[in-house]
Amino acid sequence: MSIPTYSGLEPLRIFPGSNFVNIGERTNVTGSAAFRKLIKNGNYDEAVSVARQQVENGAQVIDVNLDEGMIDGVEAMTKFLNLIAAEPDIARVPVMVDSSKFAVVEAGLKCLQGKGIANSISLKEGEAEFLRQAKIIRRLGAATVVMCFDEQGQADTYERRIAIAERVYRLLTEKAGFAPHDIIIDANILTVATGMAEHDRYAIDFIEAVRWIKQHLPGALTSGGVSNVSFSFRGNESVREAIHTAFLYHAIKAGLDMGIVNAGQIGVYDDIPKDLLEHVEDVLLARRPDATERMVTFAEQFKGAPSAEAVAAQAAWREGSVEERLKHALVHGITEFIDTDVEEARVKYVDPVLVIEGPLMAGMNVVGDLFGSGKMFLPQVVKSARVMKRAVAYLEPFMEEKKAAQVTGSLKSDAKKVLLATVKGDVHDIGKNIVGVILACNGWQVIDLGVMVQSATILKTAREMQVDIIGLSGLITPSLDEMVHVAKEMEREGFETPLLIGGATTSRVHTAVKIAPHYSKPVVHVIDASRSVPVVSNLLSDNERDRFAAEVLEEYAKVRSQYEGNQREKEYVPLAEAREKKFAIDWQAEPPVVPKSTGVFAYRNFPLAELVPYIDWTPFFMAWELAGKFPRILEDEVVGRQAKQLYDDAQKMLDRIVKEQWIQAHGVAGIWPANTVNDDDIEVYADATRTKVIGITHAMRQQSKKAPGVPYIALSDFIAPKGTPDFVGGFAVSAGHGVDERVKRFEAAHDDYSAILLKALADRLAEAFAEKLHEIVREELWGYEASPFTNEQLIKEEYQGIRPAPGYPACPDHTEKPELFRLLDATKHTGITLTEGLAMSPAAAVSGWYFAHPKSKYFGVGRITKDQVEDLALRKGESTAWMERWLGSKLGYEP
Amino acid sequence: MSDIEHIAAQRILVLDGAMGTMIQRLGLQEEDFHPKGMEDHPVLLKGNNELLSLSRPDAIRTIHEQYLAAGADIVETNTFSATSIAQAEHECSHLAREMNLASARLAREACAKYTAMDPSKPRFVAGAIGPMNKTASLSPDVNDPGFRAVTFDQLVAAYKEQVEALLDGGVDILLVETIFDTLNAKAAFYAIDEVFEARNTSVPLMCSVTITDASGRTLSGQTIEAFLISMAHVPLFSMGLNCALGAAQMRPYLEVIAEQSPCRVSIYPNAGLPDQMGEYRETPEVTARLVGEFMANGWVNVVGGCCGTTPEHIAALAKEAGKYAPRVQPALV
Repeated sequence: MSIPTYSGLEPLRIFPGSNFVNIGERTNVTGSAAFRKLIKNGNYDEAVSVARQQVENGAQVIDVNLDEGMIDGVEAMTKFLNLIAAEPDIARVPVMVDSSKFAVVEAGLKCLQGKGIANSISLKEGEAEFLRQAKIIRRLGAATVVMCFDEQGQADTYERRIAIAERVYRLLTEKAGFAPHDIIIDANILTVATGMAEHDRYAIDFIEAVRWIKQHLPGALTSGGVSNVSFSFRGNESVREAIHTAFLYHAIKAGLDMGIVNAGQIGVYDDIPKDLLEHVEDVLLARRPDATERMVTFAEQFKGAPSAEAVAAQAAWREGSVEERLKHALVHGITEFIDTDVEEARVKYVDPVLVIEGPLMAGMNVVGDLFGSGKMFLPQVVKSARVMKRAVAYLEPFMEEKKAAQVTGSLKSDAKKVLLATVKGDVHDIGKNIVGVILACNGWQVIDLGVMVQSATILKTAREMQVDIIGLSGLITPSLDEMVHVAKEMEREGFETPLLIGGATTSRVHTAVKIAPHYSKPVVHVIDASRSVPVVSNLLSDNERDRFAAEVLEEYAKVRSQYEGNQREKEYVPLAEAREKKFAIDWQAEPPVVPKSTGVFAYRNFPLAELVPYIDWTPFFMAWELAGKFPRILEDEVVGRQAKQLYDDAQKMLDRIVKEQWIQAHGVAGIWPANTVNDDDIEVYADATRTKVIGITHAMRQQSKKAPGVPYIALSDFIAPKGTPDFVGGFAVSAGHGVDERVKRFEAAHDDYSAILLKALADRLAEAFAEKLHEIVREELWGYEASPFTNEQLIKEEYQGIRPAPGYPACPDHTEKPELFRLLDATKHTGITLTEGLAMSPAAAVSGWYFAHPKSKYFGVGRITKDQVEDLALRKGESTAWMERWLGSKLGYEP
Repeated sequence: MSDIEHIAAQRILVLDGAMGTMIQRLGLQEEDFHPKGMEDHPVLLKGNNELLSLSRPDAIRTIHEQYLAAGADIVETNTFSATSIAQAEHECSHLAREMNLASARLAREACAKYTAMDPSKPRFVAGAIGPMNKTASLSPDVNDPGFRAVTFDQLVAAYKEQVEALLDGGVDILLVETIFDTLNAKAAFYAIDEVFEARNTSVPLMCSVTITDASGRTLSGQTIEAFLISMAHVPLFSMGLNCALGAAQMRPYLEVIAEQSPCRVSIYPNAGLPDQMGEYRETPEVTARLVGEFMANGWVNVVGGCCGTTPEHIAALAKEAGKYAPRVQPALV
């Protein structure tokens, strides 16, 4: 474990590139007068609740300092830490035991079952005492903060800081057996702008010392008590906040890992007024000899602000005008004060609609701009939307009925309207909901018709509501055809509304080739939510619309001709030839894997906690349009912070999902005797006698022309033909039961962020369940696998056997799903139903076949020709036209 | 590298099984638990198993030998509760040192006998250090969450006495086991470190934690990962799981340890979960198959049994252990 780790009841790891660790200082009597009073008066119950608030507010470590002259430090520290040890909500985070008396530090560490942090030791009393204390700390299993202090006193220059840092690092690693990452060096943050010239370089010297330590003392961490730096400006809280903010900005850039910080005294670097920032940085970076003098004069204007305590409680942004506060709340996604602020604005503007059209819209425009310029990321925007929705919800009761009806759900009474729907037969809506939120953020009124929406409903609503744009979404391949259908219907009814196409299986090529030709008005494929804004704004702009539509038209014409060119070049072999050149397995040399058990095995209410380790997080971030592989994405330069924030939110919710049983996971797996017949069909038998056929699954075979010797694969190739006993398996899992109820609650609370988060997590849990169940099958039911795999190996599919899902590349035929469901009795065992489009409902569900043979592998069938479609239709007892409709996008010819 | 480290690199080591189960089989009576001179002890002593090392050394020696005959490489001393704190309820605190000394010698003798019989398979004594019946992290009084029945320093003192006596009795290994409160375990290792320093010596250290239920946490509330971090400062021979659960239930936690532990990994589960009568009924075959899967997975270096396991279980495990290679330790950074 070479990375720094600490623990309470739960672990805390500091990965390279992790964010700055903010150590709460509200349980520090030297940092909080209120806490000092509680401790002095022996009011420990209240003191414990201060600790709880800190953890609830996100402190990753809590610093506990009870150095109060009037009380017995050892006794107080022991009592307080024992009390918080009894509170799992608090005890989950590591504790930093903070005292100037080592006996108190030692007593505190003796109360911690987790790995805590001693704060602090130093060379003040010489090497022998330093090493004695270090040894005790190590024996107690803690990390330690070391102050840059030696026999001569406190280090107050750059040279002294780094000299002491190097000395303590050597002593601890060479003589006290410390691992480098258990050493946290505090290079002394001292007060600047005192008027004494020798203090001028205190801040910059600290920052430079941090930089030196990070470069020269491998593994060591750095920390500091930040509020010291601004003591000269006590009582002038807005100036102090600016100083802390700017100081941290530079110190973190230099490598500062953690700090004791009052989060209420930290702002956003970019928000510091330019003139103030210039004065502050002149002081911190010692940029001019008269910096202090100028700063003191300049700071005068900020004085007279409320008392220090009051300001500390209410961060500086609360000081702005109501418009500024609303903007701040929207940009930062803070719902805490929104009712108060909106009420203030309502009184000021009289007409609630003006509040929406004025300050709220102005704030959302800023959000839209920041998002558009890549300075905000999707999860933040969704949080902003949550604030907006709350604000609008607050105002609604004050509006006249008619106006309310106009404005409900919209941001502007004359806003342009966008209709969104997931098409008939499909239940997937995470992406659509995100698009809805983004569009609403940008001031358009969004009419969301939900999932499984008939084309007639879409057209009727569009007409009645006079919508300006229609957006269709879908995830499964049959939805592509339904979109074509809607486009045809729009043409037939003479619509002029632009049509947007989005969703995982949609593509620019499909839109250009299959949908656009059926509708004479603009049809645009929108690749992701962030693209929806420019597309919609172009289409709705009187000036841009025609130009944009013409561009799209031209682009799609090009796509079509390229596609047709490719089509002509593409060669296929006849089905008979493909069968001859099938993927051959030598069943003698590599016989089928005989399962330990056959039959159908149901798993009702599978424990969610067991699924969590199987989650593949990368697609989760993709759903939020944060690109990158997990866990590296958490450290990504561009999206890392947002990814981390999103991940933390997800973890918190996941924890509740599991603990509070928000959703239920049901699964079923089956293993049956089976053999391939007529090359492409797999017969499933009732029992080992293989006399009674209980089902047939029809495989599709590759037909795109290949190099000589390369086989044309179908899934049936992985099952032995009659004569050699073989087996096939199937499964269906869902982690979606209970999601809808919860989502409705979130939506009622105007919390789209949580609603989308939950759906995305349910999807991940369903996939994790599929992974877990496959493992159970491999290890126990089929029972051919002994060695366990890490999650990473699972994600890379390094195990033997596959689980292809109907509708996906190896078996693109969705109409195979009902047979699978029938064999498994899946609806009874899992509650999953199939929609008319053969999507599974609830959406967080996965189903598929199991193939166990070591040679079985994933592949894509690709497009097929008419001979196979006709053959398939014949085998399934359906018409060719019916088969062609279901296989739409897989046809290698124009039907 | 010590002998045992050398052997551990070659193969999976086998620890013995339950002591209590074997003692129960003997059907001993109250008088069996009274050492000479303690016939008039004021409280009943039946069930105070550590006393048997003084009153019925023959019984304990036989149990050790049964496990050694079954193929155990390591036997645990009969000292699980042999501390002044745990013995207080029997009013036997003053006997703690004597119990540890006698128990260590009994195990030492049994091992010496078996090593002599087959020098190619040396046997080792692990001094068993239990969790105590008082915990430093939890309050026994629900109305006073800040109260503690024992302090860290009291635990250290009691453990020190035990550790010194075990070392004096000649143990090869110290095994801090059935850890359900990390702070107690920290105190045990603190005591060990102090004794090692004072004597300028050391023996390999084993650490074994108990996950109490499906919550995946210790009784004192830590996740397994948090526990590993809490123990990161101790230079361990092995880290693992024992008690409370059977092998099947331990699987997910063992997997975490196997993935994250920088040292060797041990597991000695109960013989399944107890039935309604409190009996452990998992057969040696089942235990061996379940633990065998862990071995096949390359997760473990030391296997054995806890509550309900018998020499038959250990024989089955030893047979299985011969088939697989030990877990490879991750390279230390």
